[in-house]
Amino acid sequence: MRVSVSWLREYVDLPAHLTPADLEQSLVGLGLEVESVVDLAATVTGPLVVGEVREIEELTGFKKPIRFCRVDVGDANGTGELQEIVCGARNFAVGDRVVVILPGGVLPGDFAIGARRTYGRDSKGMICSVKELGLGDDHAGIIVLPDSSPAKPGDDARPVVGLDDVVVEVELTPDRGYQMSVRGIARELSHAFGVAFRDPGLASAPAGTEEPAYPVEVRDPVGCDRFAARMVRGVNPAAPSPAWMVQRLTTAGIRSLSLPVDITNYVMLELGQPMHAFDADRITGSLVVRRAVAGERLTTLDGVARTLVAEDMVICDAGLPNPDPAAGADAGVPISLAAVMGGESSEVVAETNNVLFEAAHWDPVMVGRTARRHRLFSAAAKRWERGVDPALPLVAVERAVRLLVEHGGGAAGAEILDIDHVSAPTPVVLPADLPSRRVGVAYSPDRVAALLTEVGCTVVTGPDRLAADPGAVGVDAGGAVSFLVTPPTWRPDLTDPADLVEEVVRLDGYDRVPAVLPVAPAGRGLTWQQRRQRAVARMLADQGYVEVLSAPFVSVELADQLGLPADDARRRAVRLANPLSEEEPALRTMLLGPLLGVLRRNLSRGQRDLALYEIGTVFHPRAAAGSPPAMGVEHRPSDAEFAAADAVLPEQPRHVAVVLAGEVEPGGWWGEGRPAGWADAVAAARSVLAAAGIPADRVAVRAVEHAPWHPGRCASLVVDGVAVGYAGELHPAVIAELELPRRTAAMELDLDAVPAAPVRQAPVLSSFPPALIDVALVVDVDVPVAEVQGALVAGAGALLESVRLFDVYVGAQLGAGRRSLAYQLIFRAPDRTLTVEEAVAARDAAVACAAERFGATLRGV
Amino acid sequence: MRECLYAMSYRNDPYDPKQVALLDPAALAEAVATAEVAFAAAANPDELTALRPAHLGDRAPASLARREIGALPPAAKADAGKRVNEARRSIESAYAARAQVLEREQAERMLVEERVDVTLPSDRRPVGARHPVSTLMEQITDFFVGMGYEVAEGPEVELEWTNFDALNILPDHPARGLMDTFHVAPEHSGMVLRTHTSPVQARTMLTRTPPIHVICPGRVYRTDELDATHAPVFHQVEGLVVDRGITMAHLRGTLDHFARAMFGPQARTRFRPHYFPFTEPSAEFDVWFPEHRKGAQWVEWGGCGMVNPRVLRACGIDPEVYSGFAFGMGIDRTVMFRHGVGDMRDLVEGDVRFARAFGYGA
Repeated sequence: MRVSVSWLREYVDLPAHLTPADLEQSLVGLGLEVESVVDLAATVTGPLVVGEVREIEELTGFKKPIRFCRVDVGDANGTGELQEIVCGARNFAVGDRVVVILPGGVLPGDFAIGARRTYGRDSKGMICSVKELGLGDDHAGIIVLPDSSPAKPGDDARPVVGLDDVVVEVELTPDRGYQMSVRGIARELSHAFGVAFRDPGLASAPAGTEEPAYPVEVRDPVGCDRFAARMVRGVNPAAPSPAWMVQRLTTAGIRSLSLPVDITNYVMLELGQPMHAFDADRITGSLVVRRAVAGERLTTLDGVARTLVAEDMVICDAGLPNPDPAAGADAGVPISLAAVMGGESSEVVAETNNVLFEAAHWDPVMVGRTARRHRLFSAAAKRWERGVDPALPLVAVERAVRLLVEHGGGAAGAEILDIDHVSAPTPVVLPADLPSRRVGVAYSPDRVAALLTEVGCTVVTGPDRLAADPGAVGVDAGGAVSFLVTPPTWRPDLTDPADLVEEVVRLDGYDRVPAVLPVAPAGRGLTWQQRRQRAVARMLADQGYVEVLSAPFVSVELADQLGLPADDARRRAVRLANPLSEEEPALRTMLLGPLLGVLRRNLSRGQRDLALYEIGTVFHPRAAAGSPPAMGVEHRPSDAEFAAADAVLPEQPRHVAVVLAGEVEPGGWWGEGRPAGWADAVAAARSVLAAAGIPADRVAVRAVEHAPWHPGRCASLVVDGVAVGYAGELHPAVIAELELPRRTAAMELDLDAVPAAPVRQAPVLSSFPPALIDVALVVDVDVPVAEVQGALVAGAGALLESVRLFDVYVGAQLGAGRRSLAYQLIFRAPDRTLTVEEAVAARDAAVACAAERFGATLRGV
Repeated sequence: MRECLYAMSYRNDPYDPKQVALLDPAALAEAVATAEVAFAAAANPDELTALRPAHLGDRAPASLARREIGALPPAAKADAGKRVNEARRSIESAYAARAQVLEREQAERMLVEERVDVTLPSDRRPVGARHPVSTLMEQITDFFVGMGYEVAEGPEVELEWTNFDALNILPDHPARGLMDTFHVAPEHSGMVLRTHTSPVQARTMLTRTPPIHVICPGRVYRTDELDATHAPVFHQVEGLVVDRGITMAHLRGTLDHFARAMFGPQARTRFRPHYFPFTEPSAEFDVWFPEHRKGAQWVEWGGCGMVNPRVLRACGIDPEVYSGFAFGMGIDRTVMFRHGVGDMRDLVEGDVRFARAFGYGA
């Protein structure tokens, strides 16, 4: 909301010299979000003067009609001659007074004005629009001063157009509807500067009369708990809105439409009470305020034909027959979407003589829903949603009626309608020391009462405190006094003691809250899962992988692209009701999908050698989980209730994944680079398990066929017999489908499935010399190396210290389908130097085991 | 000298002494001198080694002379032997001396010859990196863990009840709608992608009893299209303290302490009144950041407040006995202003050049 300081000053005695910075700081200190404070006088520099158009010459032959004008600017140009200015606007005539900026002036946006040749003429200055002066968005034409303006040619135009003012724009927090008005902001400023405030919302207004101003029937007092109205008859339809009113509306970003409509907007800005002006002659019967019938239609003022639902509130013209019996007897036809936007059929028009002003009070929840349903976030709806003072309707009607009578003639009707079902604000019991105990500042009971009174509460010293309280740390303020606090009608947000505490600290100043460091109880540090995740992350970064945090949104087609079998569990994904992109409506069931997308993005940006990793959550819906049970908030849900609700949530295990493309070791002056391959992916998986503290002897790698990997180049990583993930080269079809580089490799593990690291036992280190023996075993190529090695270990016995495969050889002399595996075995005894015979015996036992299990033969024997 | 000659001539026939030329002192001196000249001419240890047989080998003059000794009369043997040994020792020591010189020379030459250009690139292993959001999240976590807090975590697909209801965000609050919150299909499933890490606070209060000091880092979701300042997926860290007698002053003290740890000893916070459904009183807080890229200034940092008694009640904590504070801030936003990141997309898109610029240090 944009409002000028001059308007605020009508109700609050602000200091005479108030800098924009002070103004901003005071509002921010009270919790208003200040978008801007603009000293308008500083926004336009140089000669900005009133001019009177004396001659207009229409220039033709250009793309658009152009006017060459001679304008009387008095002595402002130093010569007194007519100023020659080219102008593209057409909304003025000879004799009109306009706003002229002369050469040397600078408009907002650093737009310097000079004399220049344009459209074949010399133009010395510019005739300004509202937008050019930074006063609003209206660029439909230049400013033409109203006849009522006393300004003469050559006068400084700033005061005339309001450029001598300061304009403040505030955003409002969602709980403080009262701030969305001159009334509310002025009240806040009175707190900030400790100055007098004259509340226009408490202005006297005549009460409702026996006879209604117009017959109105409110059929739903929950949706509409107050409805006030009054008529002004015989208004001059041609009467213009006064210049100051137009200017203030313009500042607020509201276009001037007609005097009655301008008045409703003006009163809304001033008091915060949205209003409506009906043309009484365009209503045929009494007004009925009711819920809509589903399917009813109404064309609102923005020209949109809307279909209503049963929750919307409408104002209906009972003179129009409603053919739908569901609407009830004499339900009439909707002429206004209550609280949100009026309808076309009853709006004030150019001929309107008799105006019916309406000011009501609507249920904020209803208005919020209606506004969202119809995507109609009108200025009125925003105020209703945040809460409007239900005590305002008669004051607002009175203000509107006075303004219309004063500026539009006509006579105020004697009858005043006031249907009032408003219930009074509920008092709140506030222990006087609660603010001190919650804030940590010692507020005396008197201070608490004074601050709450300042915001409009009625404070009486109530009974002794209702609840025992354990007392505060370092603060002792007030003993056992408690207050009975009745919030003012404009503060529906003040319902709890905590709300009152906030008002106390807000007015006293957040900056007065001291800094005290509390002492936490002894913590237990990170959990082992948290430490493990860090170890894995650091290890991967250290090994050359770059961390990625990708968005988990995936397409449904991804499962096909990855070649997942029809019955693969990873095809069952959590779907979003409102995805950002219809193309990506699902949540990932594996990290690889989004991670491969990031890989592609990097490739498209010219990277060739890539190693990426991600640690993140994947989502697996639970089959037939149903909906969580309804749980209230008045008390804690039972453990059973909460467990039942939790059981509905998808499983969300934490995974780790890597993808590799290009070279994993770069080439250079030292030699060739090494391309990434399946083995790097397997190595990454092993490293993750090592970083997770799993001993290598509990990890097995097995050949498996598992999408999206190459069926002959995929390993499953098995810990204690349980597969925790997969690694290898991606399936060529997947690589082709996703347009990835050949031989792209990947790994993904379920970190949550990896068990906790055991407490490891120390080895016994022997200082006796080792016996090194190499063996080359010939086995069938389809016997996995890991199993051959397992046989060697099993056969070698306790003397074997380590075994390492150092060569794999395939050659014609071995025979088709055979390969040679060269191992180095290291034997060592803890208590003696092994004899050759002992070492050879152990080797023979190892080889014998491999021979027995896999038909291995010693090569060259 | 005569004795000497006599002795030297004593070989086969003591009565017929002969002159044995090899044992002649002059000849021995000649052999020593020749060897010394030859050794001096050797340019390297290999050449020197090649000279060894000629001067110290079995057929070398000094060696041959030694053989002649046996033929001398006993009286002359000692004298001749001494002479030969002296000659041989001289040659040996000349050899050793030369060998030492040559080896030292060669060692020095090797140090020169083996010189390399140590400025050649040494990037044989590709450089990895951690994401700056992860690193900062850990840094923040460590700070609070150091103060005794524990890290609480929760699911990203969350119950509407924990994400909204329990936090006093009523059913008609606009933020709950499809405009702001990702809902799990079907629309009224009662599940959402959590919009903040606050549901972790609710879960913590549901499962623990005060005193509670937790920090909740994590990933959150809002229906914002990705642009320079918004992302549908981002990260938050929230803190929650619930105990007897907790005040806003404690909140302030904690955030000031935290601000100094993050932004240097001159950093401090500024509270502005604000509205959050789950805290009352509530505030937004700014941090004075001395090292801002555009000069020292206040930067909007996060939201905070005293836990709303309604939230405590919904989570089973008696608000008459306990009070608490909560605070939260965006990690991505903090990375942005702390490190001068101009475009939020850089944090999300995973371009390796971005993360690499931050390395993987803590």
